[in-house]
Amino acid sequence: MITNLVTIAEQVGAPRIVPGRGIPYPSGDPNVPPSAEQSWRRRLVQRALDAVATAVERPTIFEVGDVEEAHA
Amino acid sequence: MRIVHYVNQFYAGLGGEAEAGIGPRALEGTVGPGRLLSQLLGDEHEIVVTLVCGDDYAASNTAVAEELVGMAREAGAELLVAGPAFGSGRYGLVCARLVAAAEAAGLPALASMHPDNPGISDAGGAPVVAAGASSRQMRPTLQTVAAAIAKLATGANLTVADGRVARAARVGQLVDQRAAARAVELVLRRLAGDRESTEVPVGGFDVVTPSAPVDKLASATVALVTEGALVPAGNPDRLESARATRWLRYPIEGMDSLASGKWESVDGGFATTAANADPNRIVPLDTVRRLERDGVIGRLHNELLVTVGNGTQVASARRFGVEWAAELRKAGVQAAILTAT
Repeated sequence: MITNLVTIAEQVGAPRIVPGRGIPYPSGDPNVPPSAEQSWRRRLVQRALDAVATAVERPTIFEVGDVEEAHA
Repeated sequence: MRIVHYVNQFYAGLGGEAEAGIGPRALEGTVGPGRLLSQLLGDEHEIVVTLVCGDDYAASNTAVAEELVGMAREAGAELLVAGPAFGSGRYGLVCARLVAAAEAAGLPALASMHPDNPGISDAGGAPVVAAGASSRQMRPTLQTVAAAIAKLATGANLTVADGRVARAARVGQLVDQRAAARAVELVLRRLAGDRESTEVPVGGFDVVTPSAPVDKLASATVALVTEGALVPAGNPDRLESARATRWLRYPIEGMDSLASGKWESVDGGFATTAANADPNRIVPLDTVRRLERDGVIGRLHNELLVTVGNGTQVASARRFGVEWAAELRKAGVQAAILTAT
């Protein structure tokens, strides 16, 4: 599940949760330039795919890693 | 206490669906289930008037609740009892609205319905006690209702032990023991094996058993599903903007992206400007299609499943989930990405 309402997703027991950046745009971000938004969406979906390929036992949050930090 | 009892046209013996459009009316004394309730209540409490309205009429006119509360007041009600509505949706909704309107007007009220009744949340904080799933449980349900009435008559609040369900309004009260002492007492009870006692009941949700992880993504079929109400522009199938009663499917085969102007979100629970400017912000079709092309996933399922999560009852959402899972499993889908607003 990709959503910005992470605590609610946890509370109702969604097993695999990937946090988005805003309630009205779970798989996008209108506040960044189009190319940055494309890259964000790709990393977000990639993270969701990581999640479904990972065994979990309880609601688990799969944060999308920060690109800058990843390079640091 | 002087009780005014509300039942629908069916339980009043006025007729079935053909009579569901009749307007509010008051009948003297007990009618239908009110007769047994009256017996169970004994001599201390009296059902003075029974109010009746057709389910369609009452469920589609929100002003009816206030009108019925006015009628109950005219009859000198000290307590308004609605139902039991069991699992019936319209009847449950009306009972819930009725007790909410009564409590708002300062008239004590009590409804009864099954905990999964889709109307239950409309009761707000007004008291609701559990009914069985159907009228076959009439007697035990009315026993619960009668006991709840007797307790309300003493001025006490209903608790889970009385069969109370749905949201309860928080009421301040003075107690003898300070919080620390009560907390220690709860801990001692827990150590003695009591797993249930609490002062703050947390809403119950399902325990969802996580599915096994996908073994080989590169050969897996992945589906896109959403509760963000994304539908073709113009909403041809009239998906609700809130309180969904159904879900829809849309073909996405051969589509590389969700084009602005061709798709729109009709969700009534958030500002849809960003999603409508680029619908991939709510269903990431463009990205998933590219990942399919790049061989990261095997295949994207050829249909998008859509509903609206805004104000949708848990019972309905649970049904959609079960239906989606069955649908996707039948189609050979191994994983679904649910985007939720």
